[in-house]
Amino acid sequence: MSNKESLVVVGNGMVGHRFIEQLIQAGGLDRYQVTVFGEESRPAYDRVQLSSWFTGTSAEELSMVPEGFYEQDGVELILSDKVCTVDRELCEVLSESGRKVSYNKLVLATGSYPFVPPVPGHDRDGCLVYRTIDDLEAIAETARNSKVGAVVGGGLLGLEAAKALKDLGLETHVVEFAPRLMAVQVDEGGGQMLRRKIENLGVKIHTSKNTQNIVDGDGTVHQMQFADGEVLNTDLVLFSAGIRPRDELARECGLELGERGGIVINDHCQTSDTNVYSIGECALWSGRIFGLVAPGYQMGQAAVDHLLDVESTGFTGADMSTKLKLMGVDVASVGDAQARTPGALSYRLIDEEKEVYKSLVVSGDKKKVLGAVLVGDAEEYGSLLQMALNDIKPPQNPAELILPQGSGEAPKGLGVAALPTTAQICSCFNVTKGDLTGAVAGGCQDMTSLKSETSASTGCGGCTALVKQVLDHELEQLGVEVKKDICEHFPYSRQDLYHLVRVGEIKSFHEMLEKYGKGKGCDICKPTIGSILASCWNEYVLKTEHAPLQDTNDYFLANMQKDGTYSVVPRVPGGEITPEKLIVIGEVARDYELYTKITGGQRIDLFGVRVNDLPAVWKRLVDAGFETGHAYGKSLRTVKSCVGQTWCRYGVLDSAGMAIRVEQRYRGLRAPHKVKMAVSGCTRECAEAQSKDVGIIATEKGWNLYVCGNGGMKPRHADLFATELSDEQLIKTIDRFMMFYLRTAGRLQRTSVWMENLEGGLDYLKEVILEDSLGLGAQLEAEMAANVDAYQCEWKTTLEDPEKLKRFRHFVNTDEGDSNVVFVKERSQIRPASQEEKIIAKSA
Amino acid sequence: MEWATVCSAGEVTELLGIGALIFDHQVAVFKVDGELYAIDNFDPFSQANVLSRGIVGDLKGELVVASPIYKQHFSLKAGTCLEDGTVSIAVHPVRVQDGMVQVALGSPVSQQAA
Ligand code: SRM
Ligand SMILES: Cc1cc2nc3c(=O)[nH]c(=O)nc-3n(C[C@H](O)[C@H](O)[C@H](O)COP(=O)(O)OP(=O)(O)OC[C@H]3O[C@@H](n4cnc5c(N)ncnc54)[C@H](O)[C@@H]3O)c2cc1C
Ligand code: SF4
Ligand code: FES
Repeated sequence: MSNKESLVVVGNGMVGHRFIEQLIQAGGLDRYQVTVFGEESRPAYDRVQLSSWFTGTSAEELSMVPEGFYEQDGVELILSDKVCTVDRELCEVLSESGRKVSYNKLVLATGSYPFVPPVPGHDRDGCLVYRTIDDLEAIAETARNSKVGAVVGGGLLGLEAAKALKDLGLETHVVEFAPRLMAVQVDEGGGQMLRRKIENLGVKIHTSKNTQNIVDGDGTVHQMQFADGEVLNTDLVLFSAGIRPRDELARECGLELGERGGIVINDHCQTSDTNVYSIGECALWSGRIFGLVAPGYQMGQAAVDHLLDVESTGFTGADMSTKLKLMGVDVASVGDAQARTPGALSYRLIDEEKEVYKSLVVSGDKKKVLGAVLVGDAEEYGSLLQMALNDIKPPQNPAELILPQGSGEAPKGLGVAALPTTAQICSCFNVTKGDLTGAVAGGCQDMTSLKSETSASTGCGGCTALVKQVLDHELEQLGVEVKKDICEHFPYSRQDLYHLVRVGEIKSFHEMLEKYGKGKGCDICKPTIGSILASCWNEYVLKTEHAPLQDTNDYFLANMQKDGTYSVVPRVPGGEITPEKLIVIGEVARDYELYTKITGGQRIDLFGVRVNDLPAVWKRLVDAGFETGHAYGKSLRTVKSCVGQTWCRYGVLDSAGMAIRVEQRYRGLRAPHKVKMAVSGCTRECAEAQSKDVGIIATEKGWNLYVCGNGGMKPRHADLFATELSDEQLIKTIDRFMMFYLRTAGRLQRTSVWMENLEGGLDYLKEVILEDSLGLGAQLEAEMAANVDAYQCEWKTTLEDPEKLKRFRHFVNTDEGDSNVVFVKERSQIRPASQEEKIIAKSA
Repeated sequence: MEWATVCSAGEVTELLGIGALIFDHQVAVFKVDGELYAIDNFDPFSQANVLSRGIVGDLKGELVVASPIYKQHFSLKAGTCLEDGTVSIAVHPVRVQDGMVQVALGSPVSQQAA
């Protein structure tokens, strides 16, 4: 015999098994000789995933115990043997098979059993429960000869059971005593939406039904008779009406129990007998039973700590928030989902079309998120849970947290960056953000390794999205050191470079390279620095020293097309154009045989201009009063307008006038990426301002300003930034906003992406721009004013300089054009010829 | 080897490419640190004659020009494409004679360039 103390564990369910793992991990086998009794024939398996058995997951796959796990560590596992007596005086347990084991310490992890209401007939053949793999086998067996199945209980487990019956091909009914589904977890609205969704899946729901009798059926095996006189004929009855703690052993040996059952434990999970511990679903802590695995695992850890005399806070309660997929429907409940806290405020979103229900509960002073219910779309579960657990202050208008994205409100949720390191990310395994960041820093750079290192997201899986976010964020943080460098020549981000240029008053690429870079530069850093030099000093971009920095588009002040020709886009401020100017564009296009098209930005593009024709085309346009549209630049593109008050019967302000004013103010401004704006004359929003970097919408009381919208690859609805602005306030605000963007955005970062990566998000931006929290306001305005004053039309300047014009030729040694540029006609205009067409054209 | 005169040496600006037509073939000529380079003007990826209009720089020590259309980089010395080892373009001998830039056609001359 060893001189170790004897530890006996009763129950080898999820918590009992995890307890052994925790004990082994803490080195507890040096001190204890462990014996485990399990009543079931199998070692512990994943009860949470039980339903997947019906969709093909085998019992082996559900097992949580690797082959030989207990044996290799010398833990004795006795299965198919139920402990029937505990003698606390002799410190001995006795099993049904007659085994007697004495203990120094005893752990009761007996779980719970499904509650079956004692209605007459409840024990008929074919009346089943849903808790163990054996139960599943019985259900499958009975279903084979059944057509109709009824689940008693519309709670979480009942709905899972209903899914199982549905998968088995039965006509499925859910009978619920309460007036709604999942009455414990979700509020009334959530219950209604859930019902609607589940009914759409073909499951019949009967609420407010009190089953009084189960008798022989009418053409079916059973008939359920309800208090209201109605009946339901069914072949199979599955009880899922709640769980009850398995406290019979404890009761018999005189341990203290709760009024309605449950083995009373303290923070160390000790029962009223200090040598006896209890953990998992059978334990009652602070008057509560926890019917989820995560709290059970936490109890296990507390018990292990205490058994090994490790200082710990013990079990301090657990959050009962849950997220599940019930019959394919996302359902989540966070904290005080039912708004029971006095003074709590609720916000609800009901989208009957998409079948989504969300409710949010915050404290009366709006400083805390207390709870939430999500049905149909539980995307915000992770962030809402974190806000609730970590007391993170919700935005001014908390409703934004559950509003659909793209509704023009602030970005919802919160970046993982905002979470404290102590924030628990995975509640199943109590993994904190700090644990994760530590593991990432230690080399876990993908989900697989992070999961195996920390166990995070290997339980219920509810935290997976959040774990991924932490991983991504950390990688970004780590990668940033490397990735922030815009290229091999400059170990700086665009923001850093901007700062260096401004502070060091650097005026050329050459100077930058000398001071901060190495090598000769490339097609990444050259245009970036060229653009920064332009935004800071607004010099003519084609000054000889800047010329080699420019992309061909900037160099030739036109947009290169696939065949090497260019397109020309004159500025048409606000989309307003005189007939004379329209005629000039028409004449130029006709004379140079150009393809013309109205662009998506309310102006006209002339395509197919050969490089050597660019100056002549532009000479005619400039003479007619046009200026460059900067379609080539990372700069202001168009300010789209609607016709507004002047003509439109609904317009409340002069939107076209404002669009022109804004376009003329910001034209030519070089930015990290292109910038688009729009002005609508009323709320009908014909200019689509809410999809622009800067969107302006007229109201009776002034202009409403939206920022950081985006069309394109990843559309983003703009955020409402300020309301009821006068003309002057509007311009001032945009000045500040734009200059702040220029200062702080990364290379090729549109305002939308910039904002989404900006720490503090919209609120921070509002503080900086509207409340001038950084004291930058005057400076930003002055910088913008300098830019506005220095504006010049690059084409006008170019045309005035014969030296510059020399560049616009295809060959240095002949005036010939590129013979490889060939056009054919389509719909009465030219287009580039295909390779085949070129061959035909040449041989003709 | 037959040399074709292209332009005066002063007409080639540091780091700015120029196009030239020699013996009916398009070349792009560059000057980096006073040194001249000539390569095909034809960009095999876009099938357009545009390399003279690309940005010149270096990548890992290799002098390159980036195609202005799809941004692949070509070595000015070897004509190889840095992104795709199976693609390369012709490089041509270039010199300054009596203050004039001269280019001869190297081989192989790429087919499509006309
Ligand atoms: C000409 C035009 C299409 C048309 O025939 O209507 C066009 C053409 C090009 N667009 Fe665009 N975009 C045009 C309106 C738009 C719009 C609509 C609008 O502005 O209202 C959008 C979506 C709105 C937005 O940007 O938020 C748009 C989103 C893009 C994007 C995606 C940007 C994004 O943030 O996701 C690119 C790619 C990029 O910039 O990296 C792009 C890039 C391009 C480029 C520059 C692609 C290229 O490198 O060749 C095209 C060449 C322009 C040219 O003149 O040769 N274009 N492009 C439109 C010119 C508008 C103008 O008057 O200046
Ligand atoms: C279908 C289903 C879905 C669920 N989904 C989720 C979910 O999504 N998320 C979640 O957190 N929780 C879920 N749960 C609950 C979760 O399974 C339980 O919280 C967890 O299993 C509790 O673990 P336990 O060890 O305390 O009890 P159990 O896992 O029930 O284990 C107790 C074990 O002790 C044995 N035992 C009892 N008495 C004796 C005795 N006298 N002698 C020997 N052995 C004995 C029992 O046979 C049993 O094997 C779900 C449960 C079910 C049934
Ligand atoms: S959508 Fe694509 S193809 Fe069309 S203009 Fe924009 S970039 Fe070109
Ligand atoms: S919270 Fe369940 S696996 Fe992480």
